[in-house]
Amino acid sequence: MSAIAFFGAVELGLVYAFVALGVYLSFRILDFPDLTVDGSFPLGAAVAAVLISGGYNPWLSTLAAMLAGALAGFATAFISIRFRILHLLASILTMIALFSVNLRVMGRPNVALLNEDTVLTPFYRFGLADYLTRPLFLLVLVAIVSALLIAFLASDLGLAMRATGANARMARAQGVRVDRHVMSGIALSNALVGLAGALFAQTNGFADVTAGTGTIVVGLAAVIVGETFMPRGRLAFAIVGCILGSVLYRLAIQLALNLDVLGLQASDLNLISALLVLATLVLPRLRKSRRASA
Amino acid sequence: MIEIDKLAVVFNKGTPLERRALRNVSLTLRSGEFACVIGSNGAGKSTLLGALAGDVPAENGRIVLSGRDVTKLPAEARAGLVARVFQDPLAGSCSALTIGENMALAAARGRRRGLSPALRRERLDAIVERVRELGIGLESRLGLPMGSLSGGQRQALALVMATLSPSSIVLLDEHTAALDPANAEFVLELTAKLAERFKLTVLMVTHSMRQALDYGTRTLMLHDGEIIFDVEGEGRKDLTVEDLIDRFRRVRGQELSEDRLLVG
Repeated sequence: MSAIAFFGAVELGLVYAFVALGVYLSFRILDFPDLTVDGSFPLGAAVAAVLISGGYNPWLSTLAAMLAGALAGFATAFISIRFRILHLLASILTMIALFSVNLRVMGRPNVALLNEDTVLTPFYRFGLADYLTRPLFLLVLVAIVSALLIAFLASDLGLAMRATGANARMARAQGVRVDRHVMSGIALSNALVGLAGALFAQTNGFADVTAGTGTIVVGLAAVIVGETFMPRGRLAFAIVGCILGSVLYRLAIQLALNLDVLGLQASDLNLISALLVLATLVLPRLRKSRRASA
Repeated sequence: MIEIDKLAVVFNKGTPLERRALRNVSLTLRSGEFACVIGSNGAGKSTLLGALAGDVPAENGRIVLSGRDVTKLPAEARAGLVARVFQDPLAGSCSALTIGENMALAAARGRRRGLSPALRRERLDAIVERVRELGIGLESRLGLPMGSLSGGQRQALALVMATLSPSSIVLLDEHTAALDPANAEFVLELTAKLAERFKLTVLMVTHSMRQALDYGTRTLMLHDGEIIFDVEGEGRKDLTVEDLIDRFRRVRGQELSEDRLLVG
């Protein structure tokens, strides 16, 4: 694997680390399987790309992308809670609707960001090669967001959110307004995914309406890979695991595509993804059952 | 003070399965009173607790906790007034969260939750102190997940959680029923100690007539959704389990099915 391919994979892994954080929040902390991300990722990309190419400040555009993602997440949680619709189904409805919304936002299937100022532009001037600047910038951003997320989840409010997902009856008995926490939690989750979409558009130079397909699988894969590598029990470990898992996942895919003996091509990506997720799901269980029988 | 006025609860109203779980129950508990509730299965004990906690909606009547009418409030809105310990040790705390985090959740029961750290210094110190008093060595292991503890440990911690924050009433729903005798004894003694120390107003549901006479200051017997027996003070002191059974027979004119109501 060449250095450029390696850092490219790291870069993509760090972009999707935000997706992993969002998925961790919905699937693991709130126990709310949310597929909205397949729509909120391209939504974030679309909003950021359209605003940036319209001349707005890239940071403000990124913030707007996060708000758009939050709104999408809120819609899913609201539909699910208010109308008592299964969370999976509610999220699929939002996801499908977002496809049309994203086309409306962009006015066409894709928007290019070539020669536009992005959040990365000032950092390119530091003289480091672009393919190194991007992952470095993303790493710093991921670290900041993770630290904020950990602090939030350790606060009274964040703890109430975790209790909501872990034991809703107990949470209610402690005076936690469970419905509100699900809505704000899923909104926060999709805000992170919207941020990932915005960063994807800015690091890759385009937003595409089809960019969201399989986002949930990638996010979930990252969470699961992270869980297999990190010790259980501590929140901070789990958060770091999400980031690590996302990067490792991208590296594994890059490696698989680069091994000529395998004869794989780029279009085999989804198949490899599915097999990789399956492997990370099954392998720990095999190890456990062998230990149990020993 | 707790005032329950002609409280009625009906399950499956308007269907062939309609059941009147509570029939115009009226009950006043003075502040600091510790009442034990006994009754056979289906007598309405758990329904009474559920109605007080806000899990079960009242069909009729009024529930007033510390002067506040909470009849229409959902469970989470009256949590500031109601502390609870569930029968199932797994129900009252989050297995995935640490002991300390569970404690912190309870310390903020019914209050506005903000962005300050849940385990901030002064709260953590208070939690460590309260857990140390249990004398089971958990104060140095607050970072352990709640799920790694035994049922007895969890119920003891649940009692501490229920008393971390002030309440108008503490509801104990057969909180020792899932424990082995030694642990049940430990948790019951702890209950009595905490009730005494914090002058708690307690409503404790139990299956055991023995417990209902030995603990607390008042004994209530529920049958078929009504309070059929209510005794406190001098009259309660010399009361035996046999007396209770006798009392039950006279009021109801029927044999008490002893398999359903533990005599011991």
